[in-house]
Amino acid sequence: MSQEWNGFVKGIWEKEVNVRDFIQKNYTPYDGDDSFLAGPTDATNRLWAQVMDLTKQELAAGGVLDMDTKVISTITSHGAGYLNKDDEKIVGFQTDKPFKRSLQPYGGIRMAMKACKDNGYEVDPEVVEFFSTHRKTHNAGVFDAYNDEMRACRSSHIITGLPDAYGRGRIIGDYRRVALYGVDRLIEDKINQKNSTSSTMTSDVIRDREELSEQINALKDLKKLGEIYGFDISRPASNVQEAIQWMYFGYLAAIKEQNGAAMSLGRTSTFIDIYAERDLRNGTFTEEEIQEFVDHFIMKLRLVKFARTPEYNALFSGDPTWVTESVGGVGIDGRHLVTKMSFRYLHTLQNLGTAPEPNLTVLWSTRLPMNFKKFCAKTSIESSSIQYENDDLMRVTHGDDYAIACCVSSMRVGKEMQFFGARANLAKCLLYAINGGVDEISKKQVGPKYRPITSEYLDFDEVMDRYKDMMKWLANVYVNSLNVIHYMHDKYCYEKLQMALHDKEVTRWFATGIAGLSVVADSLSAIKYAKVKTIRDENGIVVDYAIEGDFPKYGNDDDRVDNIAADLVHEFMSYIKSNHTYRNGIPTTSILTITSNVVYGKNTGSTPDGRKGGEPFAPGANPMHHRDSNGAIASLASVSKLPFRDAQDGISNTFSIIPNALGKDATVFAGDLSVDLENFEPSEDK
Amino acid sequence: MKAHIHSVETFGSVDGPGIRYVLFFKGCPMRCKYCHNPDTWEYGGGREMSVEEIIEEYKKNQSFYKSGGITATGGEPLVQIDFVTELFKRCKEEGIHTCLDTSGITFTPNNTEKFDKLIKYTDLVMLDIKHIDPKAHIDLTEQKLDNVLAFAKYLDENKVELWIRHVVVPGITDDKDSLFKLGEFIGSLKNVKALDVLPYHTMGVKKYEALGMKYPLENIESMDKKEAIECKKVILDGIRKARNL
Repeated sequence: MSQEWNGFVKGIWEKEVNVRDFIQKNYTPYDGDDSFLAGPTDATNRLWAQVMDLTKQELAAGGVLDMDTKVISTITSHGAGYLNKDDEKIVGFQTDKPFKRSLQPYGGIRMAMKACKDNGYEVDPEVVEFFSTHRKTHNAGVFDAYNDEMRACRSSHIITGLPDAYGRGRIIGDYRRVALYGVDRLIEDKINQKNSTSSTMTSDVIRDREELSEQINALKDLKKLGEIYGFDISRPASNVQEAIQWMYFGYLAAIKEQNGAAMSLGRTSTFIDIYAERDLRNGTFTEEEIQEFVDHFIMKLRLVKFARTPEYNALFSGDPTWVTESVGGVGIDGRHLVTKMSFRYLHTLQNLGTAPEPNLTVLWSTRLPMNFKKFCAKTSIESSSIQYENDDLMRVTHGDDYAIACCVSSMRVGKEMQFFGARANLAKCLLYAINGGVDEISKKQVGPKYRPITSEYLDFDEVMDRYKDMMKWLANVYVNSLNVIHYMHDKYCYEKLQMALHDKEVTRWFATGIAGLSVVADSLSAIKYAKVKTIRDENGIVVDYAIEGDFPKYGNDDDRVDNIAADLVHEFMSYIKSNHTYRNGIPTTSILTITSNVVYGKNTGSTPDGRKGGEPFAPGANPMHHRDSNGAIASLASVSKLPFRDAQDGISNTFSIIPNALGKDATVFAGDLSVDLENFEPSEDK
Repeated sequence: MKAHIHSVETFGSVDGPGIRYVLFFKGCPMRCKYCHNPDTWEYGGGREMSVEEIIEEYKKNQSFYKSGGITATGGEPLVQIDFVTELFKRCKEEGIHTCLDTSGITFTPNNTEKFDKLIKYTDLVMLDIKHIDPKAHIDLTEQKLDNVLAFAKYLDENKVELWIRHVVVPGITDDKDSLFKLGEFIGSLKNVKALDVLPYHTMGVKKYEALGMKYPLENIESMDKKEAIECKKVILDGIRKARNL
């Protein structure tokens, strides 16, 4: 046993790379409350004040403080960068200084140039020349292979947000491996994997061998990254500070190498807690010191920054990095996975103040310990910065060592990855069904020339029949566009470091997505239960609709329309599944536009539910704005009827409520009278 | 039998314990100046619902209501007391917690037969005492106070769990004397489990506009939380005095 592993319970994890086994054998579930937590240290406060100051400067500079225009970001491209070396307990930045955004052209040189230009910078001409002439990018590869139909679908926005010009993200490296095993052991493991490939050189085997070589090189670079900051991470971490630092180097290498749409962290807190417990036992560190390490780590995650264009930020409403960390959940042996470290991670929202990143996500189960639930509720009330997801639902498919990538995509850490696939606009697809494939805005023939609907009033059966055909067509173009994208991404922008922190055999989820679900559900309901009249332009293209009468609306727990929505998801998914997918990816779908619903709506004409052209869709699986009139439970009930088995990549429902409608301030109103009588001081003028 | 229901709130979190299915009944004899639901005053109309429809809707989403239940409010739900009784009876058969939010204005001390039946199936009454001064009560609500207080005593004698609600409106219900007296009255009751002081807000104004009605408290501002807490303290003082605490 390595000396770094002294005091750990032995297991299969020593013989093979198996972090889950290590966690299961060694973690200490914590049922207590939050009273053990420590506040911020002086160093933490000083560093955070510095961050706030830099943030102010960044805002004043228009959103970007500094950009690299010459040095291409790689794992080892930059020297060490610090806020204040003496104060920082966890170190490492993407470039040689904080708030300087790196140059990452492998996804596409034009996007990298635009990101610089829009922020007032110019990429060095030599770099541009190199990536235009000598080194192909992912984006260039994709456009070499797209066919005309794919291009038309893309520009008419019936398929949108495709990762064909930017990094696909949604891959989570198992960064814990770096801490537990040290990089040398991981390299050794990858060499063995490479030696075990078949000797018959099919193109699959050749690709495997090339990728494994890339992975090995990435791990070697990762070691060098440690050296740049003065650490030898070839060996396992020996205490909690090192464990966090080693893990962070793994993550840092990933974001130096990839500018993915979502660069999530994984599920690290309970793993790290094992080191903290050992250090507390041995007197190596105090609670205050451990919290300081965590605070500094989280601070680093808050400072992850990428060079992006204003359009990108508009699509995602901000400048998100999706550094999602999954906390809590329950193990398949019935023990919950909450540890003191779960508390410490969430406590950073108190110590450093509230922030959207990292995206702290509690894997919620009815069986989480009550003290933790209370702490989550309290922290949510104070910070509004915790995301919750249903562990009881996801554990069934993904076991107890999965994490969330981006906002809802679940995957087993180091064993599963995802090919991110943006979204198909089902509302626009319905309009194509009605207009025989003619785009209602550009008036171009984008879809196939199926028979359009010519009647004045829409007939439900007829529309459904056409709609199914059009969905089949859309699913085909959509999946095949994604096949091109992921082929080229693997070829020209391979995530070598992240994949080095995966097993050799990886399950690949082939993610797709749906936009405009509630628009379609309400439209079909209107056609079925009210009378919908078509309004045509001079060429007979339907450009608007008039509804006569009322109809059931999705979001009111009314099966008549909720079943339409549920069937739609199932139907579209079955069309997706009937297509070939790159690298045997397993198709999944999601209904989770959290912010891009506005952009999708902008590019979609009037729909038969009464929504006018250009008006936003509802986000994710939400009912349309102001159409749910029976309160939140009815609205949630409608959403919960959507089949998770067909939308395993996630269903989101954005729910806002004014605090006063969420319950009373129990200490003040509707209290327990006997308690009130004791706790309230007499009134002032008595 | 069917009830006239103004609307349903499936996520009620301020009308009784837990998350509740809240039914707003049509019809109310009171004309409280600060009422924020004037659209429920009129008798009849609304959505007609049977007991079974309500139970079915509730049970469909029962998992949300684990620590909650059903609340009848309005309007004045006891305008439709026969229906409420039948509904609550069915609720108790189903093990559903029942809560009645009422002004008590329809109570008749001389003939309690219907109320005797009702309270058998009522787990909690939230009694809204609008004003403790009889004259001010009429000014504020256009109804007399005595039956309200009689109802409170009746519930107390019958050991029905009771919450007292009181809306504090600047210049109308927030004078110290009245609050203290209200406290003394509450202190004389044995079964009051909670005191719910509701700070007056102006969210009802829009409804008056929509209904083409003049808003009676046009120039009165919302009450802030700090002042409401002060009011609560005075009521608690009154309770302490009555109980010699």
